[in-house]
Amino acid sequence: MPNIVLRTQGVGKKYILHHQDVAACHRTLRDKIVEHAAAIGRWLKPETPQRASPSREEFWALRDVSLNVKQGDVLGIIGRNGSGKSTLLKLISRITEPTEGRIILRGRVASLLEVGTGFHPELTGRENIFLNGAILGMTGAEIRRKFDEIVAFAEVEQFLDTPIKRYSSGMYTRLAFAVAAHLEPEILIVDEVLAVGDVAFQKKCLRHINDVAREGRTIVLVSHNMLTVEALCTQALWLHGGRVMDLGEPHRIISQYLRTSFSSLAHQHWSDETAAPGNDQVRLHRASIRPQGGAVADPVRVCDAFVMEFELWNLRSNTYLYVGIQLHNEHGILIFESAPVEATPWLGKPFPVGLFKFVCHVPANLLNAGVHRVALVVSKNEDVLLHKEEEILVFEIADSTEKRGGWYGSWDGAVRPILAWDTQLLQAKGAVKQVSNAS
Amino acid sequence: MRQNQQAELIIEAGGRASGYWLELWRHRELFYFLAWRDVVVRYKQTAIGVAWTLLRALAALLVLSVVFGRLANMPSGGVPYPLLVFAAVLPWQFFASALTDCGNSLVEGAALISKIHFPRVIVPGSAVIVNLIDFLVSGAVLALLFLWYGFLPDWKILTVPLFALLVVALAIGLGLWLAALMVEYRDFHFIVPFALQLGLYASPVGFSSSAVPEHWRLLYCLNPMVGVIDGFRWALLRGDSLYYPGTLLSLVTTGLLLVTGTWYFRRTERTFADVI
Repeated sequence: MPNIVLRTQGVGKKYILHHQDVAACHRTLRDKIVEHAAAIGRWLKPETPQRASPSREEFWALRDVSLNVKQGDVLGIIGRNGSGKSTLLKLISRITEPTEGRIILRGRVASLLEVGTGFHPELTGRENIFLNGAILGMTGAEIRRKFDEIVAFAEVEQFLDTPIKRYSSGMYTRLAFAVAAHLEPEILIVDEVLAVGDVAFQKKCLRHINDVAREGRTIVLVSHNMLTVEALCTQALWLHGGRVMDLGEPHRIISQYLRTSFSSLAHQHWSDETAAPGNDQVRLHRASIRPQGGAVADPVRVCDAFVMEFELWNLRSNTYLYVGIQLHNEHGILIFESAPVEATPWLGKPFPVGLFKFVCHVPANLLNAGVHRVALVVSKNEDVLLHKEEEILVFEIADSTEKRGGWYGSWDGAVRPILAWDTQLLQAKGAVKQVSNAS
Repeated sequence: MRQNQQAELIIEAGGRASGYWLELWRHRELFYFLAWRDVVVRYKQTAIGVAWTLLRALAALLVLSVVFGRLANMPSGGVPYPLLVFAAVLPWQFFASALTDCGNSLVEGAALISKIHFPRVIVPGSAVIVNLIDFLVSGAVLALLFLWYGFLPDWKILTVPLFALLVVALAIGLGLWLAALMVEYRDFHFIVPFALQLGLYASPVGFSSSAVPEHWRLLYCLNPMVGVIDGFRWALLRGDSLYYPGTLLSLVTTGLLLVTGTWYFRRTERTFADVI
């Protein structure tokens, strides 16, 4: 296997957690002295049973990771926060050492775990290019050779001799990325760099990574943006709880990951009528969400219409029941409230005792991608609250590659409607020239 | 370089022993740039820049000369008292600030350490280099003091670089200990300035170590700075004789600190990124 440039074999990383302190990560001498005193105490009285200190806990951030990456591959690592993605990058880029297993690298490795690592605010743009270049692993000669290119890329010519503490954040990011973009490693390691900066900057990064990959370099990147991974990567690695869940073709891995990887409440069922949420007037029975025409476990994408169903027992006869929902996105923003307002058979009618089912149809291309939470509100006579069930459903709307106009970054906003647009050419190019000449 | 790029690199737990110094050599440019950064940044946005180093040295010189020379009337062996103090203030000030900077260097460079791989020893190393440059500048300027007093050193001045090397080695050895310890125990952030303050009086900066009773002298020399300061005085001031057992002891302590400091640093550096 001559062209495997990165290989990991049973790699694991263990951390020791210290609990008792508020500032738990830094031990103080006092702790150490106490520990030693306890050790001496045990040595003097060996019959004292050794107990594990409750303040120390082992934690495997990564366990048993084995993979091969060929030259020219773009490996995307996905997984939830704390699944070990960053730890794996740190191990590959040799910032920290594995506790077990081995990593074999062939070629020069450059890691870009942060944009602008080592930038010093007091130094000028020119000085920082050299400093940052050296930090990222370029030689002085290499930096001098590419200096003009870097400056042109960053578009900071007239500020070269200004301390970068006076730069705007945009200039700062551009300069930082310009240096990183001129690295020529065989293996490039990128951590979520794409999450910073404005849209134009993100596009620039994506384009650059695409170019780098086409030159036959190997890239390992972490991203929370599934579209980036799907668009750029030739392989995806799904980590969960520090272990490899799956490794393979990005599209397949991503859809599996989206299906299972967040703690969704796509379906709830309370079989015991007395223990179900509610009171002596109403009790919940079942709630579920599914894409239109799909099953309950299926993922819901932005471009899918979906259906929410709620079943509940009405326990008092002749109750004028009103049911509504509130839907919040992952930022806790209320996207909408909804209730049946059209003339369904039961609107404004007294409900007899029995099990009722309410179905809410949500159209496609309304909600944006992300986790959404639904609260169910049950009231009577329009103004008396009988029961409110927070988080009766929690589900993620998955991003889709359809209808994005070529943009693969995240799409902001609480909703994501597809609106009608017209584009017209008002004046041809020659005419524009005349206007600008005249002014 | 080309064939190095194709060489296989194996990363394993505890498997970093081989090629350590070679790797340091490969990162020499980073070493250079970090030291250069520290030098440039040190006096940015100060009105008088490097003159601060001189002012600090002069202030210490003045205070110590007045307190020990005038008020306490300590013996100087026929040398102008300020010169006696100067020969000690020079290495002491280097030692104290190099040690402080070294100790803090890793913690201050935490952002770098948790994001980039490089031999960590570069960070405290560059802290020493910066102070070495200060040391050379203030040494050169304060040498004018000798002209002022019309006091010219003899051939022994040629041995000054050797003693300078000794104090650099001492600062590195102890600095490596402190830098590595500071990563895990921030207590040293408080201990170091305090210890240095005591050390100023415990070391013969303001007085000649011949003032120490003869039977305590060897014990006194367990403080390696005693040997350094005595050496500087011997080299710069005519007529002073060298207390050889003390110098030798200082040499041994320094060597010991350098070796154990490197050992402790290398042992702990693999976990710096996890702990810092």
